[in-house]
Amino acid sequence: MKFYVCIKMVPDVTAPLQIKEGELIMDADRVVLNAYDASAVEEALVLTEKHGGEVEVVCIGPAKASETIRKALAMGADKGTHIQATGDEGYDSSSYASILSAFFRDKEYDVLALGKQSQDTDSGLTGSMVAEKLDLPYATNAVGLEVEDGKLIVKRQGDTGQEMIELPTPCVVTCSNDMNEPRIPNLKGIMASKRKPIDGIEISSLGLSEEELNAATKTISYAPKPARKAGQKFEGEADEIARKVAQLLDTEANVL
Amino acid sequence: MSSILTYIAIADGKVKRSSLEVLSHSKKLADAAGYTTEAVIIDPNASSYIDEVQKYGASKIYTVEGSLFSEHRNTPLLSALAKVMESANPAITAFASTEGTKDILGALAANQSASVVADVSSFDLIGGGIKATRPVMAAKILANVEAKGEKILVSVRSGSYDLNESPATAEVVSVDAGVSEGDLKAKLREIISATGDTIDLNEAESIVAAGRGVKDDEGKALISELAGVLNAGIGASRALTESGMYDPSLQIGQTGKVVSPQLYIAVGISGAIQHVAGMANSKVIVAINKDPDAPIFEVADYGIVGDLYKVLPPFIEELKKIKT
Repeated sequence: MKFYVCIKMVPDVTAPLQIKEGELIMDADRVVLNAYDASAVEEALVLTEKHGGEVEVVCIGPAKASETIRKALAMGADKGTHIQATGDEGYDSSSYASILSAFFRDKEYDVLALGKQSQDTDSGLTGSMVAEKLDLPYATNAVGLEVEDGKLIVKRQGDTGQEMIELPTPCVVTCSNDMNEPRIPNLKGIMASKRKPIDGIEISSLGLSEEELNAATKTISYAPKPARKAGQKFEGEADEIARKVAQLLDTEANVL
Repeated sequence: MSSILTYIAIADGKVKRSSLEVLSHSKKLADAAGYTTEAVIIDPNASSYIDEVQKYGASKIYTVEGSLFSEHRNTPLLSALAKVMESANPAITAFASTEGTKDILGALAANQSASVVADVSSFDLIGGGIKATRPVMAAKILANVEAKGEKILVSVRSGSYDLNESPATAEVVSVDAGVSEGDLKAKLREIISATGDTIDLNEAESIVAAGRGVKDDEGKALISELAGVLNAGIGASRALTESGMYDPSLQIGQTGKVVSPQLYIAVGISGAIQHVAGMANSKVIVAINKDPDAPIFEVADYGIVGDLYKVLPPFIEELKKIKT
């Protein structure tokens, strides 16, 4: 099977951040391969190792995103495409979906896999947008994938249970990080990745209109979360502090 | 006249409270702006929920019925929502954020050429669109966002708004989804449901969540007993859903469910940022952990430093006394 996995370079959410006059300030060097996308790459590699096929990755991002692509190649993906953006375009999920679907329109593949969301913004929209734009069957929030008779079998985490969905190819699937532990590239993988091809593509070559690229949503500013009132911490004899807190939930917090 | 349309999700024969929270807020915004408040119910028995939905102020209710809607499937749901949007032509279409909604929101926006903002904690109308706040960066900060356009979709985290009854008599409009089994490319083989008789975490007023400190059946029994006393839903950290101790649908965190109950009791949970992202908006947080430096204490209103196996029995006993 031929997999394309869409990957994204995102800020490391565990890195320190601050907000100055509504602007988010983070260390520009603390960027990572989006964890959900890493799981999508891992699952594509596992399935192609088992059933044959190849894995290509596609990334929209600034020059530095080539490092993110190398990471996926070092994990074992065969080839990368870097769709070059400056990072300052203010693209939203819809812009990304327009770019990706324009790129895929003349490609041949069985499965388009994406992370189910970006770990920085958690919107989770791009995957199903791409599926709709390409008119492909899709499933989101996959926690397990299998290939059976040329079909993709998706185990999807729904609201109250796990849905087993059978998708004909070509199809789109968005992956949760609950499906696997992405491999850490070994030295051999890292060396091999340096010889693997990365194609560069300009967004202007994709024939998209201004309207398709322009974001309809905009982040105006960032704000710290309203601070929780300082909590009370009880240490000491278990029996005593346990009963004390139970009483406070009744008399002070009023939640019983 | 412009309208705000709220999608009413049904689960296990009940209207999801989170949908009524969104409808209550939509009603308030619509009244202030001179818009109409409308709702859409998509279910094999959609019309049986009309009475409950009109209590929250919907003056027009669209129903889409059919056996295809007995389980969640994205293609029929998408098609039904698109048909209703074309018929209702709402300025804003609002959803409670559930796994079902997340499955179709992006596709619906693409299908309808609508602007979309997902998973907000609040939203208001502005000229030409909405402004909203959404927790980002693992819910460490809030982003203030704006969406503009003739059609806007917004999904709202559960617990963001209070229920507010405002009885109305609704005009009911039945819409045909225009999709049949034969049109579906994706096939739903089965649903593995492990949570049939437990309390839905998105709806629960109280949640007891178990973490790595809960090591065995004795610990699980204490969690169940505590949840029983409080009539609480049971959740778990990723460590315990991955180890198979709790069902994956009970996972709370950035990856699993995002919850905001009145009372959240974190038992043996250290408080990794991915977990905190899923529960930090709870009204009152209690943490029980034997490590006094566990990060969970930074968000807890009441922290109990101690071994959960020693703390829970007297805690449960005292709660029982208070409850009776």
